[in-house]
Amino acid sequence: MAHNSPYLTKASSVQSVMLRVVLALIPGIVAYVWFFGPAVLIQLGLASFTAIAAEALVLKLRKRPIWRFVSDGSALVTAWLIALSFPPLGPWWLIVVGTLVAIIVAKHLYGGLGQNPFNPAMVAFALMIVAYPLLMSRWPNVATSINFQQACELIFGASTMDAITSATPLDTLRTALHGADASTTIQTVLAKTPRLGHGWDWIAGGYLLGGLYLLQQRIITWHLPTAFLLSMALLAGVSNQLDPAHFNGVAFELLSGGTLLAAFFIVTDPVSSCTTPRGKLIFAAGVGLMTWVIRHFGGYPDGIAFAVLLMNVAAPLIDMYTQPPVFGQKSDMKPKHD
Amino acid sequence: MNAYKEIILNGTWKQNSILAQLLGLCPLLAISTNFVNAVSLGLATVVVMLLANLAISALRSFIPYEIRIPVFVLVIASLVTVVDLSFNAFLHDLYLVLGIFIPLIVTNCIVLARVEAFAAKNGLAAATLDGAMMGIGFVWVIALLGLIREFIGQGTLFSGIEMIFPSAHAIQVLPESYPGFLIAILPPGAFFVLGFMIAGRNWLEARANERQREQLRHQRTQGKSGNAIASDAA
Repeated sequence: MAHNSPYLTKASSVQSVMLRVVLALIPGIVAYVWFFGPAVLIQLGLASFTAIAAEALVLKLRKRPIWRFVSDGSALVTAWLIALSFPPLGPWWLIVVGTLVAIIVAKHLYGGLGQNPFNPAMVAFALMIVAYPLLMSRWPNVATSINFQQACELIFGASTMDAITSATPLDTLRTALHGADASTTIQTVLAKTPRLGHGWDWIAGGYLLGGLYLLQQRIITWHLPTAFLLSMALLAGVSNQLDPAHFNGVAFELLSGGTLLAAFFIVTDPVSSCTTPRGKLIFAAGVGLMTWVIRHFGGYPDGIAFAVLLMNVAAPLIDMYTQPPVFGQKSDMKPKHD
Repeated sequence: MNAYKEIILNGTWKQNSILAQLLGLCPLLAISTNFVNAVSLGLATVVVMLLANLAISALRSFIPYEIRIPVFVLVIASLVTVVDLSFNAFLHDLYLVLGIFIPLIVTNCIVLARVEAFAAKNGLAAATLDGAMMGIGFVWVIALLGLIREFIGQGTLFSGIEMIFPSAHAIQVLPESYPGFLIAILPPGAFFVLGFMIAGRNWLEARANERQREQLRHQRTQGKSGNAIASDAA
């Protein structure tokens, strides 16, 4: 950015923001393809196509200008987040139905971009994991690489995929720890599967890179990702210190599942998250707390979607109580009702 | 005659216990997992509502105003006991499926609401008709809800029909390989589908109102021009 006078900048349009978010996702996607094969690219294509078609259809029904809103790219960002959070080898209809629900129900039935109280991508994930818990917890195994043709067969065909899929590292640990054998500890599971989580850490690194780019571009502020990661790290650190046999360490907790994707791309949703600086800290810390609780004590493989949705409900209230004082006024914590 | 017509319209559409008043949602949401369960519970509710309205309307001059609610509940409870025992005796399999929701008809607020608001103040014929129509309003909504949830959730129609007609079979509408949409059968699905149904009703009502307003405006402008002509002539 050039720093010379006059210090005027153009307000960034929705389109340019969304394009930069899409750009920021690319390092993570590259790592994804490197470790798990090109299947995720097919899912990205399916989700993008469905999202744009659904967006155009709903805009037409709502008698809104179609091209102006489709070209802003917000549907594309939702689609990519869905594709990255869904299992890459799931059947094609899984992601199509999820994307349709996200765009039509979670976004447009609430009034479209800027009006939705819930994060559309997380609505899609939560709905599909409740509806199809089995299909949504089948993730590719890092040991078996799948080429493009095999991926097509798995996604569009009826060929079974039990042999080459497994649960996510998080789920593997959780299932083992809650299994019949009470003596199982994290250490024994890791001893059996030494490469557990391998690959996911690189993908997480890609998301981190993209997130730093978004921070540098000032599309997101530091509050949300920092508070989210800190609260998770704190919980993981303390619980790991107290009971290292049953609670993951900080690094595993932050690098597995969708933690970093959530930290920079999902928790930072400008529409459904809090908007005041203090509100952002409370919101993201809450998401971190809920995610950790659901991961360790809940019944689903990952808790981010539910945590985000739960905090989305609380976001308006948090915003109301954390309004910064008007410049020149004394700080007043209480909301004014008069 | 017109009054009866209004009772029918109120019960089935305008004041529909579910779509307009949102009363008695608990059994509606819990039991509408498939069509057969939904209709069975719906019909049981119709029978109770019809008989309750009939009985209370007939007894209304004998019931002291101060203790009317306990008396209403007593009458409704005895009717529900009859229905409960009949289900147990004649449709035992279905009785096991519907479980607690048959006795719970006693607590369904729409039953007490109609008894208190209508049967206690109106004649025998009108009260009986009101009970039946309010019940039918409940039945068609719960039946439609059950139909949609069963279709989306498991791709069949009329599953469990053999509990009522032993020779009948469920119809597999979608192919066997349909994976099912579990959430439609789970409680959140009931809320989603009901939400869409209420939205649909509101949309129809809004459209009807809009048309009526259009007609009124049309009449008014015609009337105005008519007046103008008349004053011109004068």
